[in-house]
Amino acid sequence: MFRRKRKTGDFSAEIEAHIQHETERLREQGLSDEDARAAARRAFGNVTKSRERFYKSGRWLWWDNLWRDIRFALRLLRKSPGFAAVAVATLAMAIGANAVVFSILNALILRPLNVPQAESLYEIQRTISKYPMQSYPDYLDLRDRNRRFDGLAAFNLNAAGLDTGENPTRVWVYEVSGNYFDALGIQPYLGRFIHASDEHGPDSAPYIVLTYTYWHTNFQDDRGVVGRKILVNKHPFTIVGVAPPEFHGTVLFLSPDLFIPIVNHGQLEAENNLNDRGNRWVFMVIGHLKAGVSPAQAVADLNSIGSYLEKTYPKDDGHMSFALTRPGLIGDVLGPPIRAFVTGLMLLAGLILLAACANLGSLFAARAADRSREVALRLALGASRLRILRQLFTEAILISLVGGAVGLWVSVVVLRGLSVWQPFARIPLHVPVTPDANVYGVALLLTLASGFLFGAVPVRQVLHTNPYEIVKSGSMGRAGRRISVRDVLLVTQIALCAVLVTSSMVAVRGMVRSLHSNFGIEPRNVTLVNTSLNMAGYSGDAVPPMQRRMIDAAQTIPGVISVGLVDEPPLSGGGNTKNVFTDTTTDLRPGNAAAQPSIFDISPEYFDAAGTPLLLGRALSWHDDKNSPRVAVVNQEFARRVFGSAAHAVGGYFKSRDGTRIQVVGIVEDGKYLSLTEDQQPAMFLPILQSPSSESWLVVRANGQVPQLGEAIKTTLRGLDAGLPLFIETWDQAMTLVLFGPLMATLSLGVFGAIGALLSLTGIFGMAAYSVSKRLRELGIRMALGAQRKQVLQAALGRAFKLLAFGSAAGLVLGILASRVLASIVYSATPRDPLVLAGVVLAMALLGLLATWIPAQRALSLDPVALLREE
Amino acid sequence: MSTQESEDRLELLQGTLDLLILRTLIFGPQHGQGIARAIQQTSDEELLVEHGALYPALQRLEERRWISAKWGISTNNRKARFYSLTSAGRKQLVKETTRWKRLAAAIGRILVSEEG
Repeated sequence: MFRRKRKTGDFSAEIEAHIQHETERLREQGLSDEDARAAARRAFGNVTKSRERFYKSGRWLWWDNLWRDIRFALRLLRKSPGFAAVAVATLAMAIGANAVVFSILNALILRPLNVPQAESLYEIQRTISKYPMQSYPDYLDLRDRNRRFDGLAAFNLNAAGLDTGENPTRVWVYEVSGNYFDALGIQPYLGRFIHASDEHGPDSAPYIVLTYTYWHTNFQDDRGVVGRKILVNKHPFTIVGVAPPEFHGTVLFLSPDLFIPIVNHGQLEAENNLNDRGNRWVFMVIGHLKAGVSPAQAVADLNSIGSYLEKTYPKDDGHMSFALTRPGLIGDVLGPPIRAFVTGLMLLAGLILLAACANLGSLFAARAADRSREVALRLALGASRLRILRQLFTEAILISLVGGAVGLWVSVVVLRGLSVWQPFARIPLHVPVTPDANVYGVALLLTLASGFLFGAVPVRQVLHTNPYEIVKSGSMGRAGRRISVRDVLLVTQIALCAVLVTSSMVAVRGMVRSLHSNFGIEPRNVTLVNTSLNMAGYSGDAVPPMQRRMIDAAQTIPGVISVGLVDEPPLSGGGNTKNVFTDTTTDLRPGNAAAQPSIFDISPEYFDAAGTPLLLGRALSWHDDKNSPRVAVVNQEFARRVFGSAAHAVGGYFKSRDGTRIQVVGIVEDGKYLSLTEDQQPAMFLPILQSPSSESWLVVRANGQVPQLGEAIKTTLRGLDAGLPLFIETWDQAMTLVLFGPLMATLSLGVFGAIGALLSLTGIFGMAAYSVSKRLRELGIRMALGAQRKQVLQAALGRAFKLLAFGSAAGLVLGILASRVLASIVYSATPRDPLVLAGVVLAMALLGLLATWIPAQRALSLDPVALLREE
Repeated sequence: MSTQESEDRLELLQGTLDLLILRTLIFGPQHGQGIARAIQQTSDEELLVEHGALYPALQRLEERRWISAKWGISTNNRKARFYSLTSAGRKQLVKETTRWKRLAAAIGRILVSEEG
């Protein structure tokens, strides 16, 4: 097939050579020049026939026909540039949308983590929780007792203050177990990695491995960096190596700046949790299954270790049964919602492509009908139907290829932008969604498939063409059919577009609503200052006075109304929960907990600064310190769950995990704490003097927009301690993390809705314009006979409107059904919203008006006299 | 002269031309006109090869990779396309020859028995 073809010219030259040879031979036998030549030709027989046989025997005919079809198609398209442009743009939009969504699907779901043998790498998760966290002692037991993994590694995500001698900066670190790199099977780019042999108990391994990116941007590729000492949270560490460029950690969404041994955890956190079995802070435990071991066997092995742990440590370890998930999307935390969302998007993108195909299909059918005379003529002249169909398909594929190429180009531009996009100021994202061979392959496949799909629409029409009838009467007289393929296609397309428009409206409306709903805080005009005193070298008793000084200092900045402090503000992407027990509970095992509230360690002014209304009792005060009884402020949900009602809660007691009795002194309004879509969760607020935390966020409420507030805060706080790592952002910015999911959903659905609207616009326009042009003569006669404008319009466009109404109604119903799925992603999205319903109806009606405007004008401005004279 | 006598010659049976071409090429590379001459001469001018039919046959054999072709210079200093047998063609020739001999023998037996 791919052998070089012999050209016709070459064949002719051979024949010529033959005749010359033969002529010469005959001349040698004594014939005259002329006779010899004539005789040679006679002996050869029919030269043309021979050439023809050669031509047909090769595949030249096929290629020549193809080339001819392509040139013919190009000529036709050049003659109707409007049609070509609309068709290409329609398909480009659809293919582009599909390529973008598929790239995202590919990057997030199909492509595994960039480590060797990623297919056997699993994350261990307790079945009771969807979060992957384990305690460090439990990890050690799992690592040492299991027999099914090739080494279990642990890592924890953390932030640290890095001081290389200049401006102290905050960096993201993975605290890793000594065997982390060896278990993953990665080789260092420079120097060496941390190994299990480096671990000799707490704080014994002051070594750092840099990621390639951090080394590249902050150390300018300096190879002499290995062996250099730097300060992490004021503790000296030695850089021992640099990780390879393609390794970005084992969680897709957080690529670290450096790796630190987990045994040095105590130098990053105020409290050392390495020996606390009940404190599950180690972010994730991962490992490769041994060759030939199935996940089920590994789980069985882990569960037997789990039941041993339950028996041995009943106070700390309950529900120790395990499951295996994939680490990239943090197992069941981000995996299912992201998978559901991206799959949903892919389905919608598929709908767009279908709608586009329906659109193009009806355009092609209309075109084929217009060309029925040409087709009939060609049939009458002896062309085979197959040949004519081939020509039509060539045209369809040509358009689809051009459209696909344009769409792919657009998607590459969009994806390049997405790849380098950093939506969160605080958290480094590394999700390379740049298209790879998979994406190009899928795009090409979709392009060809859609080309054949819409190209196939007019097939029946051509196969049933009766050349005799058409050449005689001028056009196809098929009045008998009430519902044509084109009508069905148009209704389908409008219905699909209405689905898209409906779901985008539901999402947008839900988003708007969730932005205005009650979070239990008032983020407007609030600036958050994140600092970790631990990173600056403060620990133990040195922390609270410094926090107090920071609050007081920030308070003096002009324009600032109130300043509070919290260990981690709600809706900033992180958070702690702990079990609490009723006062009467004596057996404090996890199963007996009354609630698992979010915990916030706050300064007394926090509620003022955050804008959280106090409903009952009192707020906390600076007198609630170590020497006074333990107190807490709780939210309404906490009061309901632990005490039955808010009224009973004030003055009542509850117990924490270690048995400490804590008295509730006040009730605040419910809010959202971890995510916007969560069900109402309990929360408790503890005084920072009784529950100290070195992680500090200043919540600075200003009087309106204060220019340069960030700079002023930085100067003021650096005035207290020049070594403070500071990170300043507005609360709105900090909330992008929790708003990101709904925002992306809204954005993508909005774009899809717009594409859907555009598609239905071109679809209706095409249909209306075609039906007007088709019936020009009939309309002319009607007008000549005295028809009114209204009647003309009805005749010309009534059908288009009927189809539009039918399609929209079907789409609306389907859209409402589909929108139920949306409610899980976009907070407070509900399709049963009169505004949404009205919006969809209005939008579709507007689209219809817009699309039929030009055809209607054309129908009304008809001059019946001129028209009738023409024929 | 030779062309005048063409009426007396035998027309080639369907499918035998391929075999004759392959057989001719066993003596070395040859161009089209040479092949036609060789068939005529070795058959003592009994067989008629229509020269026009020869070339599509050559083309067919080339596509099946039984023969390969190369432009070269003929003995009388003219450009010509020379065909030579490939190893696949050699195998094909053996196969076809056997087949032909069996066919000829079978037909011969039938004709002899009828005469008898």
